Amino acid sequence: MSFEPFIVREGLAAAMPVANVDTDVIMPKQFLKGIDRAGLDRGVFHGLRYDASGAPIADFIFNDSRWRAPRFLIVGPNFGCGSSREHAVWGLMQAGVSALIGTSFAGIFFDNCTRNGLLAICAAPNDVDALLARATEGPCAMRIDLPEQTIVAGDLKSRFEIEPGRKRALTSGLDAVGLTLEHRDAIAAFEAEHFARYPWIKP
Amino acid sequence: MDAGRGTGRTLYDKIVDAHVVRDLDGLGEEVLLYVDRSVLNEYTSPQAFTRLRAANRPVWRPRATLGVVDHVNSTAADRGALMPDEAGQTQTDYFARNSADFGIEKFDVLHPMQGIEHVVMPEMGLVQPGMVIAAGDSHTTTYGAFGALGFGIGTSDIEHYLATQTLVYRRLKNMRVRIDGRLGFGVVSKDLVMTLIREIGASGATGYAIEFAGQAIAALSVEARMTICNMAVECGARGALIAPDDKVFAAIEGKPRAPRGALWDQAVAYWRTLRSDEGARFDQEIALDASEIAPMVTWGTSPDQAAPISAYVPQPNGRADIARALDYMDLRPGAALADIPIQRAFIGSCTNARIEDLRQAAAVLRGRRVAAGVRAMIAPGSSAVRRQAEAEGLDRVFIAAGFEWRQSGCSMCLAMNDDVLAPGERCASSTNRNFEGRQGAGGRTHLMSPAMVAAAAVMGRLTDVRKLGARA
Repeated sequence: MSFEPFIVREGLAAAMPVANVDTDVIMPKQFLKGIDRAGLDRGVFHGLRYDASGAPIADFIFNDSRWRAPRFLIVGPNFGCGSSREHAVWGLMQAGVSALIGTSFAGIFFDNCTRNGLLAICAAPNDVDALLARATEGPCAMRIDLPEQTIVAGDLKSRFEIEPGRKRALTSGLDAVGLTLEHRDAIAAFEAEHFARYPWIKP
Repeated sequence: MDAGRGTGRTLYDKIVDAHVVRDLDGLGEEVLLYVDRSVLNEYTSPQAFTRLRAANRPVWRPRATLGVVDHVNSTAADRGALMPDEAGQTQTDYFARNSADFGIEKFDVLHPMQGIEHVVMPEMGLVQPGMVIAAGDSHTTTYGAFGALGFGIGTSDIEHYLATQTLVYRRLKNMRVRIDGRLGFGVVSKDLVMTLIREIGASGATGYAIEFAGQAIAALSVEARMTICNMAVECGARGALIAPDDKVFAAIEGKPRAPRGALWDQAVAYWRTLRSDEGARFDQEIALDASEIAPMVTWGTSPDQAAPISAYVPQPNGRADIARALDYMDLRPGAALADIPIQRAFIGSCTNARIEDLRQAAAVLRGRRVAAGVRAMIAPGSSAVRRQAEAEGLDRVFIAAGFEWRQSGCSMCLAMNDDVLAPGERCASSTNRNFEGRQGAGGRTHLMSPAMVAAAAVMGRLTDVRKLGARA
């Protein structure tokens, strides 16, 4: 097991509608100097959470006492763009974030989410708009059912699409490396043929 | 097969098809993809090795991977083996231990071939047409200039790669960007890719691999093509390809790890087949005319917030993202971009710090001086680039102009070492990202070509390099 399977989760959702939130903003460089995955919760959105003197910025969602630690974030388009740093995903999860809902995510970040059990949902624009409106008003209790592919927030109910492979990975939480190594013979056979066909590639 | 792909295949599809170990979803969309090469750096790889150690797993093929220290090291001219801070030292110590224990070749900070990973890999001849190269850095797309499919991955996927030589991979859609026409005087490949990003937006190519084609691309050097493929990730592309040609083969031939003798001939014969078929179907096509493109600068905090240097700071007109960017950048709507004063100038990064970039900057700086109040730095793309520049006397031009001539590393592209903007400082930069705080908390970045950075340094403000002219 590599992470806790995502089946049904409930919690408060908060809105972060800004477009193109990059991974430098999610996890600034000063938190990238470790050799483990620990202690990254304090780095999440650091420049948005604290002012230059280190004092909390009161109206940012992670400081607002109504949310404090939102479980779900409704985000703007292209969330997670920029650097490949997986620290962004580790930090979000350590801060208690369990799912992200938006219209689009940057590719590397999206994969990093899946590898760690953070559910990034690409939802229809009108569903995202409705959830954003609801979460902007105040704390919004939400329930995400991954097997059923549904989001429920009060009277708002929507369905989302997800690729079968990603759904399987998230609902199982199984170690991806272990699963691939079950096919070690196929990899070795492929490699032998690959090097026979393109012998200059063999390192 | 997928009827949508028709009979003709794109270059991207050919490379992916040649690397499919297993079809994972029965549709060929999610596959187990064989990866030919990778390069590791000291900051995104440690947690991958920790997991391998915990599971007692070996590295599948250590010789397929090279480690390079580049992100946290000093770029001081007289640097030693030590990192500027304790945390960076811990990272490079662990990097050294991991490389040694798992049998992976590594270039430490004092190695003669040390440099920025995406500059070093081609210098070593490790990037070859038709390869799949995945690495823990988003700018791995650079390798598309050689007709290799390069893309960035996170640390979990580095671990997966190291243990299995494969990745669980989702096939991308195909986009072709055709750029015809001739680039005008003073306009370079950086301006082409910045124009594309502005046109299609920061997520315009999300879910796509881009193939660049057309007369203007064919006319570019391989180094200039690397700049374009490098920044393709800034519009969301997870792969960027240019069909390899004789320029590419010449750039690889004779490099330390390039094929030799009969293998070379065999390789080139295969590389010549690496192009999209006539009639290959692209999901999206975009056309640009190189002759209409001017030197570009960014004014905001996302790489798509860019304009020709002759333009003006835009009006927000109710757009919150523009208003927020202008507030962060401390810019007034309607101001001329060419009136924006700078305090810092930086030439460096995997985007624009190769020898041709330094030659272009030196052509502007020869016989000129950096303006009073501007601190200007050059961090060459690699130690080999630094030596080449010194052999050509470029270092003397830079030093005479008042630039700091530094050692190689990622440096102030992302400021993980001690090369950092102070809060409020404004920098003309040859790098790839103008995100908030990227070059230092509160720092303000304007992206542009290396020659444009040189011009800005001389004038003390953003400047159209064409008005300054080069001195032979």
